[in-house]
Amino acid sequence: MGRKILLDKINIPGIKTYEVYRRNGGYASVEKALKMDPDAITEEVKTSGLRGRGGAGFPVGLKWSFIDKKSGNPRHLVCNADESEPGTFKDRYLMEYIPHLLIEGMIVSSFALGANLSYIYIRGEYMWVFKTLERAIKEAYAAGWLGKNIKGTGYDLDLHVHCGGGAYICGEETALIESLEGKRGNPRIKPPFPAVKGLWQNPTVVNNVESIASVPWIVLNSGEEYSKIGLGRSTGTKLFSVSGHVKKPGVYEIEMGMTVEEFMNSDEYCGGMIDDRPLKGLIPGGSSVPILPQHLIFKTANGEDRLMTYESLADGGFATGSSLGSGGFIVYNDTACIVRNTWNFSRFYHHESCGQCSPCREGTGWMEKVLWRIENGEGRIEDIDLLWDIQSKIEGNTICPLGDAAAWPVAAAIRHFRDEFEYHIRFPERIKNRDHFTNEPFEKVKHLLQKQSI
Amino acid sequence: MEKTNYKQDINFTPELMARINELISHYPEGKQKSALLPVLHEVQDAHDNWLSLELQTKVAEILNIKPIEVFEVTTFYTMFNQKPIGKYMLEFCVTSCCAINKAENMMEYACEKLNVKPGQVTSDGMFSVVGVQCLGACGYAPMLQLGDFYHEHLTKEKIDSLIEDCRVGKIILHDK
Repeated sequence: MGRKILLDKINIPGIKTYEVYRRNGGYASVEKALKMDPDAITEEVKTSGLRGRGGAGFPVGLKWSFIDKKSGNPRHLVCNADESEPGTFKDRYLMEYIPHLLIEGMIVSSFALGANLSYIYIRGEYMWVFKTLERAIKEAYAAGWLGKNIKGTGYDLDLHVHCGGGAYICGEETALIESLEGKRGNPRIKPPFPAVKGLWQNPTVVNNVESIASVPWIVLNSGEEYSKIGLGRSTGTKLFSVSGHVKKPGVYEIEMGMTVEEFMNSDEYCGGMIDDRPLKGLIPGGSSVPILPQHLIFKTANGEDRLMTYESLADGGFATGSSLGSGGFIVYNDTACIVRNTWNFSRFYHHESCGQCSPCREGTGWMEKVLWRIENGEGRIEDIDLLWDIQSKIEGNTICPLGDAAAWPVAAAIRHFRDEFEYHIRFPERIKNRDHFTNEPFEKVKHLLQKQSI
Repeated sequence: MEKTNYKQDINFTPELMARINELISHYPEGKQKSALLPVLHEVQDAHDNWLSLELQTKVAEILNIKPIEVFEVTTFYTMFNQKPIGKYMLEFCVTSCCAINKAENMMEYACEKLNVKPGQVTSDGMFSVVGVQCLGACGYAPMLQLGDFYHEHLTKEKIDSLIEDCRVGKIILHDK
């Protein structure tokens, strides 16, 4: 389970630079790919079973095969490095420490798609990573991996890095394209999909950093070899960004299929809970996916081991499962206040809603307000049902998935931690004037709810 | 609502113009509007980290687009400042992963130390403190952004020394 294909070279001193990267086998996949038939590369990626690493998990090879090659319009590959999902910081790690891996992947993938002009769209806050990539791209140009007639093959590719301006919504692919065109990041109505009409109305594929960085290995070792890594339909390795109350937060690459328990407790990965406090909840795939309560983390509702795969993390649907999402693994111990945390997320989505669709623009704000009054001891018992009602009316009723992403954390918090909301409402004096997130573990006060005081 | 029209000295140096032209060259002929966001970052960095209406209009002129096309972008994205900010803006991430690691307490500490409220500028114009949404440093919480760079695993001592470094001019804001 310790196999690494993305971060295997990360500890080589100077791997950030072109020389060291090249000396350690870098750009070999480009040499190989440029001699291949572009469609054969797409077939290899299809065979590999690689699924989009940005959150949706859509098969990468399939996405590539949708690109419109018939119209004859110029095609583009755009790398989504807008990483803004709370809990996720894996792409930043990859780009910061081994930028040439992404560039190598961009060249191979662009060649497969027949794109001659490609972009990496990076969030504006990662400005120093933007500069790192700019320098790495210059190095790649100087070494003849980019530009006209690459290595005498007749293939031309220009690659540039583009920075955003601080908007979560630009991680949505059509909003990202709008932003790349120099506009507000308002998602487009689909269809037409970007594969037909994307950047400047040209056929475009948008892929996550980690997806593109996986392509060089697939080209070098074949899709079939890649499909042997991992478990079932969750092929390959996956980067997890670990944060919250664990001993060793950080970015880890694992072969999919490991148990959640091993990942959480082994010294090689999370290293167990900080101060050995009890585990209370886990968000396995970034803030948008449902939180899992303690009893559903290591085992599924059926009593099977919960595994680090797309299927196992989603086992039980949203009733008793969650989703692998972007791999933003956020761990909460018993001191975390679920109500405050849910309010915190709702504030995030309210702030980040682009404002195009009223259910999301208004609904996220209402949820934030209702949660804030519950958190501050001014809630009413009917507020819990009100929250449920609002979230259910946002979900599925918006142009882009931000609305769903805002609704799910609220729904999951109520589903699994309803008594904590009730506690806030029934015992306002006990929760007023707390020092932000610092509070007594809910387990210690839970018994109060049993006494019927109303 | 009445809008205060803040005044700003505008100076497009040859270096800045060269950089702007380089950014424009990254996009096909006629698609120069695409360069808007990267250009705004460069222009803002070179103008005390904020963009007056005059400055935004000038950017529109350079890119050969309508001023409204610039205004609608600067008002959408949080990184473009519409009014003067402190020379050193401490942007604390206050989203969940940082918040459970006491980011809010760290931000309060900085506010108390500098005697400002979130969003305000100190009277000497040196500092401002703001809370922002997730910056993608969740595993290294609590953290803040200052200029182009992140400062992670914050403690009160680290905030003290960071503020001191700003005061004596040891902090570089932008990687040029």
